[in-house]
Amino acid sequence: MSVAKPLPHDAAKLHVTGQARYVDDLPTPTGTLHLAFGMSTIANGRITSMDLDAVLAAPGVSRVFTASDLPFANDVSPSVHDEPMLSDGSIHYLGQPIFLVVADSHLHARAAARLGDISYDEQPPILTIEEALAADARFEEGPRIYTKGCVDTALADAPNRLQGRFDMGGQEHFYLEGQAALALPQEGGDMVVHSSTQHPTEIQHKVAEAIGAPMHAVRVEIRRMGGGFGGKESQGNALAVSCAVAARATGKPCKMRYDRDDDMMITGKRHDFRIEYDVGFEANGRITGIDFTHYTRCGWAQDLSLPVADRAMLHADNAYLLPNARITSHRLKTNMQSATAFRGFGGPQGLLGIERVMDHIARSLALDTVEVRRVNYYAAPEVDQPSGGSFSGQRKTGETPDNTTPYDMDVTDFILHEMTDKLLNDAQYAERRAAVDAWNAQHDTLKKGLAFNPVKFGISFTLTHLNQAGALVHVYQDGSIHLNHGGTEMGQGLFQKVAQVAASRFGVGIEAVKITATDTGKVPNTSATAASSGSDLNGMAVQAACDTLRNRIAGCIATLNNVAPEQVVFKDGRVHAGETTLSFAQAAKTAYENRVSLSATGFYKTPDVAWDRIAGKGQPFFYFAYGAALSEVVIDTLTGENRLLRVDILHDAGASLNPALDIGQIEGGFVQGAGWLTTEELVWDGSGRLRTHAPSTYKIPACSDRPDIFNVALWDGENRAETIYRSKAVGEPPFMLGISTYLAIADACAACGPNDPDLQAPATAEEVLRASSRARG
Amino acid sequence: MNISFLLNGETVEVDTHPTQTLLDWLRETQHLTGTKEGCNEGDCGACSVMVTDDRGARTLNACILFMPQLQGKAIRTVEGLAAPDGTLHPVQQTMIDHHGSQCGFCTPGFVMSMATAHLTGRTDHDDVLAGNLCRCTGYAPIIRAAKAAEGTPVPQHMRDAPPSPDPKTLGPATLADVPQALGATLPAAPTTVEALAEWYVAHPKGTLIAGATDVGLWVTKNFADLGEVAFLNRCTDLQQIEDTGDTLRIGAGVTMTDVLSTVRDLHPSYADMIRRYGSEQVRNAATIGGNIANGSPIGDNPPALIALGATLHLRCGNTQRDIPIEDFFIDYGKQDRQEGEFVEAVTLPKTAPNLRCYKLSKRFDQDISAVCGCFNITLDGDTITDARIAFGGMAGTPKRASAAEAALVGRAMSQDTCDAAARALQADFTPLSDMRASAEYRMQAAQGQLRRYFADLAGAPTNVLEVQP
Repeated sequence: MSVAKPLPHDAAKLHVTGQARYVDDLPTPTGTLHLAFGMSTIANGRITSMDLDAVLAAPGVSRVFTASDLPFANDVSPSVHDEPMLSDGSIHYLGQPIFLVVADSHLHARAAARLGDISYDEQPPILTIEEALAADARFEEGPRIYTKGCVDTALADAPNRLQGRFDMGGQEHFYLEGQAALALPQEGGDMVVHSSTQHPTEIQHKVAEAIGAPMHAVRVEIRRMGGGFGGKESQGNALAVSCAVAARATGKPCKMRYDRDDDMMITGKRHDFRIEYDVGFEANGRITGIDFTHYTRCGWAQDLSLPVADRAMLHADNAYLLPNARITSHRLKTNMQSATAFRGFGGPQGLLGIERVMDHIARSLALDTVEVRRVNYYAAPEVDQPSGGSFSGQRKTGETPDNTTPYDMDVTDFILHEMTDKLLNDAQYAERRAAVDAWNAQHDTLKKGLAFNPVKFGISFTLTHLNQAGALVHVYQDGSIHLNHGGTEMGQGLFQKVAQVAASRFGVGIEAVKITATDTGKVPNTSATAASSGSDLNGMAVQAACDTLRNRIAGCIATLNNVAPEQVVFKDGRVHAGETTLSFAQAAKTAYENRVSLSATGFYKTPDVAWDRIAGKGQPFFYFAYGAALSEVVIDTLTGENRLLRVDILHDAGASLNPALDIGQIEGGFVQGAGWLTTEELVWDGSGRLRTHAPSTYKIPACSDRPDIFNVALWDGENRAETIYRSKAVGEPPFMLGISTYLAIADACAACGPNDPDLQAPATAEEVLRASSRARG
Repeated sequence: MNISFLLNGETVEVDTHPTQTLLDWLRETQHLTGTKEGCNEGDCGACSVMVTDDRGARTLNACILFMPQLQGKAIRTVEGLAAPDGTLHPVQQTMIDHHGSQCGFCTPGFVMSMATAHLTGRTDHDDVLAGNLCRCTGYAPIIRAAKAAEGTPVPQHMRDAPPSPDPKTLGPATLADVPQALGATLPAAPTTVEALAEWYVAHPKGTLIAGATDVGLWVTKNFADLGEVAFLNRCTDLQQIEDTGDTLRIGAGVTMTDVLSTVRDLHPSYADMIRRYGSEQVRNAATIGGNIANGSPIGDNPPALIALGATLHLRCGNTQRDIPIEDFFIDYGKQDRQEGEFVEAVTLPKTAPNLRCYKLSKRFDQDISAVCGCFNITLDGDTITDARIAFGGMAGTPKRASAAEAALVGRAMSQDTCDAAARALQADFTPLSDMRASAEYRMQAAQGQLRRYFADLAGAPTNVLEVQP
C-alpha cells in the first residue's frame, strides 16, 4: 500500500531543478499586460482629489482604473462585502489600493503606481485597542461571550486567585512566493485565471461578480503555491479580480504580482491579541474558575476575523478542563491591514492565553509548571473505545464526571496524559530541569529556561458547511490514473498524500497516479484548503471516487471470470479474479472495452459536526489533534538576546498517511510558531504606517535559529474518529508547539528574580530584557 | 550597451542597460524561471546564483546584481546544475532524499548556495545558508541534506567548467574602461584607480557602484535614476590588501567575504561580527568601502574600525588625504567627502587583543544591528591607559563614546569603573526609537554591552551563541 510510506513530496525533483512552475513562471502570451496598485499614504480619511495624469503619462502605461471605472462589483471581501478592491473615496488603512495601473511590464506598472497625486481629508486613525474601544469600533454589535458553569461564584470562592494581562503580536505570513494572478481572456467573455490561491472557488466567485458573468464563465486553476499559511485564503482576491477586470477591458492577458513591500503593506496578517484573565485555583494549581477577555485588532475589514476570533475562544481551554469559564471576545475595527487567516486561525492566540495562566499559577505556588498542567488536563477516556464506527463527541448523560470544553463538547479522545509521560521521559525532563536550575544558580549573566506545552487542536471548519470536498478521478485504458480534487498544494504535501490514497485504493504504485492542478472546472464548489482539513476532506473524497471506479472494474472483471465482485483483488499493480490475474492496465482496458465508465466523482462531508457559534455550544470539531513539546533556551540578561538550544516534540498525526511529510509539517510548523513569539515583530508607527514591510525589517527565523538538537517523533496511534486511513490533520497543530519556546524564555527570565516576568510576545531581545528586569523587581 | 559572460556553460552576448538586474534578465528575457524573486532586495536568497571568476565561485543575489557587473564572469543558475545527461547534482538528490523542499519556492536558491559550498568544500552550513530564507521546513531537513552531500564528488560538468569565458570567445563589451572612451552614455567600468579618480572628477554627480547591495535597492524599490554610473568591480587597484607589518591597508573594493577571511585570525571578535553581517550572498558582493562611504549610522564596519583606530584614505583626482575614520562621519547623511572624492582604502592595526565587537539585532543572522558596540581598551597591568569605544545605531552616525572612554582611562578594571562608564554613556548618546528598537532599550543594551565587555575580558561566559544545551 502506498499510504503510510515516507515518499518525498510529489514535486521534489521539480523543486530542486527549478522546473516547478508557479504563477509568475507560466509562459505568457505576447502582449500580456502587467498591473500594480496605487496605494494610500494615509490610514484614515477621504480622498478629496485625485490627479492621475502623471500615472497615465508614465512609460508603458496604457490604462488606469479607479473605483468608478469598474464595470460590476467593486468588492473582494470573502465575507460581508465590506472590502472594495479600489477605494470608493474613503480610506481605511495606509496601503489601501486606490487605483490600478495597467502597463506593458511589471516594472513600468510599479513605477507608475507611485505617481498618483492624491489629496486627502485626513482623520486621526484608530490604531490601538484603547482607541478602538473608546470609539466602539468593532465588528458585530458587541463582544461574543461563551460561558460554562458559574464563573463569578467560582472566582469568589477560590482559595487562590490571580489576574493578568498580556499582549501578543500578529505575524506576517511571509510566503516566499508573493501574491500573484494571471487572467487569460477567452472567447465570449469567458475568463481563465491562474491564481496563487488556497481558495480557487472563491477566486472564481469574486471574478465572476467583478466581470458580471456567471461562475460557469470563469475557470480558476492553481498547480501550486510557494507557501500559503492562510495568507492566500482570501488575500489573492484583489489580484485575480484586477487581472480579470483589466483583461476583460483590454482583451489582453493581464498579470499581477505584488512586490514584497507592497505585499506586506497591502495584505492582512495574523491577528494580534490582548488577553486579560482572572483565575481561581486550588493549592495544587487546579483551576476552579477562569474569566478570559480577548481583544483582537481585526483591521479595517471583516474578512475572516469572526471565525478567527471564534477559534481563539474555542481554544482558550487548550488541554485543560475548566469547570467554570467565561470567555469574552472583542473584535475591534482598526485602521490597519485587515487581519486574516494564518495557520492556527486564532487557535494559537487562544492557547497562548491559557498557557500563560498555567505558568502564572505554577510560579505563584512555586510548583513545577508541568505538574500544574497535568492536574488540569482533561480526563482520558475511561474505556478504550473500539476502533470503527464514527467516534462521537456527544455529551453523555448520567454520572460521568465533567469532561467538557467551555463550549459544551465532551472530550473523549484525550491522549495527552500518555503523550506527556512519553515525551518528558524520552527528553529526560526531570534531569534537565534540575540541570537548568543548577546552571542558573552558577551563572549571573546568562540564564537558561526549560518549558513544556501541550496542544489540543480542534479539527473541522467551524463554519460547518465548509466541511465538504469533491474529487474527480479518471482511469485511462492504459491503466494510468488522473487524479483531481478540490484541495490546493502550497507545500504541505497534500497532493502526494492524496495520491498515496488513490494508489492504495487501486493497489498500484504511486507512479501510476498523475496529480493534476486544482481546477474549478473539474471539481466545483470547493472549500478553501485551510483548517488543516486538506487530507481529511480530499483524501476521503478521492477514496470515494476511487472505490466507485474500483467497484466498476471489479464488477466487470468478476462477470468475465465468473467470480463474485468482492473476490476481485487489487494488489501490487495487478488485479486477481479467481484463477485469472491481469495487470491493472489490462483490467482497465478490459473494462473500457466492456463499456464501463472509467471516470467518477467522489464526495465527502464530515459527519457529526454541529454547533451554535453565537451561543458557543455544540460540537464544532470532528476530533482533536494532539501534540507536546519541550524547549530549552538561554538568554543574555544584559541585552535580552536569546537562543533556542534544544527542542523535543511528540506529535499525534494519527496513523500517518506519510510520516516524512507529516514530520516536515511538524518541524516547519514549530519553527514558524517559535518565530511568531520571538523575532517576528510587526511595528506600526503612530500614523498607521507599517514599518516592518520587508525582510530587512521583519525577521522570520533563519537557518541558525532552528535548535541544534531538534527531536521530532510521531505518536503511534490511530485516530479514534473515522478519518482517511485513521490519520489526523497535521497542518496547523504543530504551529502551537512553538509556544514552548516562548514559555522557556519566560522561564529563563523568571530565573533572574522573585517576580513573575510577565513576558509579552513577541519575546524580542528588547522584551526579554524588560521581562528579566521585571523578574528582578 | 553590450556585455558578455558564460551562462550555464554557454557564452552569451547581451544588449542590456546599466541597471537591469540579472534576475529580471533571466526570468523575463531568457525564460529561465527557476531563479525566483522572493523579496527583490537581497534578503531572502530565492534568487541565488553561482558566479565564478578567477577569484573562485560564490553565490550572489541576482535580484540586486546589475548586468554590467557580470562582464567576463561565469553564471550558473539552477537550470545548469544537473549534469547534461540529467543526473542530479548531489545536493539536489539529497534535498529530495531528506525532504528538504515543501513549497519549493526557496529551493532553487538553497540548492545554489549548497552547490557552491559543496564545490568549495565548506561545511559551515548555518553560515552558508544564513541568506536563504525558508518559511516551510524549519530548515532541519535542509541541513540534513547539506550534511548528507558533504564529501560527495563534485560532478564532472562542474569540475571541468571554465571559471570564466575565454576572452577570445567573448564579444566586445561596451563598458568604458578608460576615461577617454566615455561618450557619457556608456557606463564606466574603470580598471585602475587612476581611471576611476579621473572619471569621478569629471562626473562628480555620478553614482559609484561596487557590490550594489545598497544601490541595488535604490533601483528595485525606489526606481531611482542613478544618472551616470561607474562600476567598480573591475577596478582591481581597489581590491588589494596590503600588509605593512603593523597594519593592514584594505582597499575600498575588498568584499566583506575577503575582509572576514583577512581579519579572522587577527581580530576574531571583529570577524565574528562580520560573520553575522548581511549574509553569504551579501558579503560576497558588499565592499568595505561601500559600507563606510554610504555613511549609514547602522553599518557594522565603522564602529569596529573606529574602535580599532583605523585611518581612512580618501582620493579626489590625484589628491589623496588620510583622516581618522571617525572624522569621516559628520552628521546623519553628511560625510567629510568632497565632490569627486571617494574612499580609496582603510588602514587598521593588526594587533588589538582587547577588541570586542558586539552586534545586537532581532535575529542573529542577516539582520541590521539595533546597536553595534565595539570596544578596545589598552591595559597596563590592571589600569586602563587608553580606550576606544564606538557604537552604531546610537546616533545619526557611527560615533565614539567619548564620555564613557574618559570614565575608563586611568581607572582600574573594576565594577565601579564599569558602572561609571555605563552611566557616562548616557551623556554620549541620545538614541532614537524605530522598528528595530526603542531609544530606552538601545541605551540599556549599549550599557549591557559595556558590562559584557568587562565580563568578557575577565573570562566569564557572555555569549549565548556559545552555550550548549
